[in-house]
Amino acid sequence: MNPRRKKRFIMTSGIIGGVAIATALVLYALSQNIDLFYTPTEIINGKGAEQVRPEVGQRIRVGGLVVPGSVRREGSGLTVSFNLIDTGPAEVIVDYEGILPDLFREGQGIVAQGILIAPNRLQASEVLARHDEEYMPPGLAEALKGVEHVPPSQWDDSQYRSNDNGADDKSENESGGGYYDR
Amino acid sequence: MIGELGHFALALAFAFSALLAIIPLVGVARGHGGQMALARPLTYGMFVFTLISFIALVWGFLANDFSIAYVANNSNTALPAIYRFTAVWGSHEGSFLLWMLVQASWAAALALFSNRLPLVFAARVLAVMGMIGVGFYLFMLLTSNPFERTIPLIPVDGRDLNPLLQDPGMIIHPPLLYMGYVGFSVAFAFAIAALLGGRLDSAWARWSRPWTIAAWVFLTLGIMVGSWWAYYELGWGGWWFWDPVENASFMPWLAGTALMHSLAVTEKRGTFKSWTVLLAIAAFSLSLLGTFLVRSGVLVSVHAFAADPTRGMFLLSFLGVVIAGSLLLYAIRAAKVQSHSRYDLFSREVLLLGNNVVLVTATVVVMIGTLLPLFFQQLGLGNISIGEPFFDEMFFWMTIPFALILGLGPLTRWRRQDFSEIRNSLALAFVLAVALGFALPWIFADVVHGLAAIGLILALWVVFTTVAELRMRVASREQKWPALVKLGRSHWGMVLGHLGFAVMVIGIAMVQNYEIERTVRMGPGDTFEQSGYVFTFDEMYEWEGPNFISDTATFSVTRTDGSRVGIIKSEKRFYVVTRQIQTQTGLQVNAFRDLYIALGEELDDGSWAVRIHIKPFVRWIWAGSILMAIGGIFSMTDKRYRLRRRLKAERKREHDAEIANEKEARV
Repeated sequence: MNPRRKKRFIMTSGIIGGVAIATALVLYALSQNIDLFYTPTEIINGKGAEQVRPEVGQRIRVGGLVVPGSVRREGSGLTVSFNLIDTGPAEVIVDYEGILPDLFREGQGIVAQGILIAPNRLQASEVLARHDEEYMPPGLAEALKGVEHVPPSQWDDSQYRSNDNGADDKSENESGGGYYDR
Repeated sequence: MIGELGHFALALAFAFSALLAIIPLVGVARGHGGQMALARPLTYGMFVFTLISFIALVWGFLANDFSIAYVANNSNTALPAIYRFTAVWGSHEGSFLLWMLVQASWAAALALFSNRLPLVFAARVLAVMGMIGVGFYLFMLLTSNPFERTIPLIPVDGRDLNPLLQDPGMIIHPPLLYMGYVGFSVAFAFAIAALLGGRLDSAWARWSRPWTIAAWVFLTLGIMVGSWWAYYELGWGGWWFWDPVENASFMPWLAGTALMHSLAVTEKRGTFKSWTVLLAIAAFSLSLLGTFLVRSGVLVSVHAFAADPTRGMFLLSFLGVVIAGSLLLYAIRAAKVQSHSRYDLFSREVLLLGNNVVLVTATVVVMIGTLLPLFFQQLGLGNISIGEPFFDEMFFWMTIPFALILGLGPLTRWRRQDFSEIRNSLALAFVLAVALGFALPWIFADVVHGLAAIGLILALWVVFTTVAELRMRVASREQKWPALVKLGRSHWGMVLGHLGFAVMVIGIAMVQNYEIERTVRMGPGDTFEQSGYVFTFDEMYEWEGPNFISDTATFSVTRTDGSRVGIIKSEKRFYVVTRQIQTQTGLQVNAFRDLYIALGEELDDGSWAVRIHIKPFVRWIWAGSILMAIGGIFSMTDKRYRLRRRLKAERKREHDAEIANEKEARV
């Protein structure tokens, strides 16, 4: 091999080797970090044609509506639990320790990410609500197709001062992106 | 009336852009100098009418003209005037108008400085800017007209601006970001013009370089301000979330950084030409991809019904046309391009190639993480999410070779470098970096986290090799300091940029590994002790802002020995019109740590859920970005770009004088 070819060969194989390492890393990191999305019904009854249920201990995302009246706090701590529902009747209990997002309300669609600790119980590490009162998690919107959805603004939220100015307006406000609140 | 004027001005701007896209190119094809020279006035026309249109929308907001639907949706009479102004870019239509204004400004600036360029080349560059304009103006006029009226049902008051956007950070973040995004269209226009002319040489790289760096500086600052805003405004305590919208701005930044370095090789050594062109195309295409992701509604698919689906289709087609068109041109022309410069395996060329390989890999990684969930969803394979751990892990691994190469690069000569020549400086830098990398966290926190140590070692390696490089440059000089100053702005730009990267890596390594987050239940009078700080919840009071009601908590912070640190006010605001609750975080900062308090919800007994963060070195992340941007400013104002202009201007003056003389002689 003449020196020029040799140099080219070393450089090419260097790049190919680098790309191979990068690909392997990407695939490995992906296999570790992809979280599947389930609705409460899918957790209880299984997902898809094969009725696949998530295993206890698996890290998943659950999207659903917070069942009104189900939010409860335990003792003096900051642990909060609530139930999630989609088309019903299946409900999943979510335990979360920490501060709920500003937009968390009963009846609101939210996404919880965490580990399944029992077939119907999720220990959430993160609770997300979108900055849009009409928001429903993407997967849930699909599951709820055809089911009437009441905008959260029509629920009574006595926790904060009620002001009905423009409350019936549907918010079409896109702030240029999908910022979640957690 | 003013609204219609704005709309009409927008249509005129579109007409100018269409003419700009055609006439100069026709002029080039025919060799007609007059038609080529038309490029400049046409560009100015496009700019002026876009500006008029923008001013019309601003007027709509300042005058509370709720007959304009966009104003009614994003403003309110109670909104403070400054936010009524920034509400112009608070939502899709207006922010796209700002985008257009920025695009037209870049084109106008290009036209202003185009006397440095040969007429044919300037005509081509401006024509490509016109073509991009055609796509954007059409998009605006067809799918997102900001001047749509609410007549006859004019609302009495507006719906108010999203509370998240009522913040100083939002005043400057979008304009900066758009300057960066759209700025890459200039680099793209230069690349396409060069391909059209079939001449890719170092002259082209030299013309394109200051523009590319300028765009990069804006994008860097824009992303930095966005990160800073998200940090204090969203109340989560994070500075980067790998959110698809953030990724949309990060991808062009990575590609742009690669382009900047590749342009350096093309300018100095005349090689990597086709690669540079490809990167210029990629950087702009990624800007467009980002626009598509953010504005089409694919990211939050619930929006698909609220947002007009034609928008997404239009942007996707435009993106397709741009990518397909430019790659076709590239395929036809780039084959002819030959590089004949030779370099050894250990040379600056190869190290810069390594820089590019890592940056491009990083771009692809971000792209995979952002787009894979979308593909899964569109193909019906179910919903998946790829979160922070994936990106964190990948970027950790990629930073290692990147920082190592970065340290080596500046010390290495073009073409060929004898390793033994720099072996001693490298060994010294490495030993110092490793020793201090372990020592500093040990001094700072008693516990040494492996990841923090690695981050510090990499950052210090960059710092020490940079110092070694500066020492090497002045080694043979008698007077060291004047020699350092004489190195030139471009050189100092590189030094500052690299040091900025090191500062940022230090910030990231420290905050990711030594951050403390505690969620506690606190009521007035309660205290909480953490890491040598005592937080006392003093009181809770309510007050009314212009369009919100706030519950404000005051915390006084002391050290355990009793010395006073300061008072932190943290708020929970309720925005009356939008009926949204918004957390305003309280901060107490110095150069080495942030104390950060966010209020959660009120609990039954009058106490509150309170989240307290102690974030070491978090400011360094943004300080590093600013340093990088300053480096960019140094580079683009280097003498060799300015000198040429002055020479050109002088030459032009002489030329004009000659013509005048000739005329006089003829008379």
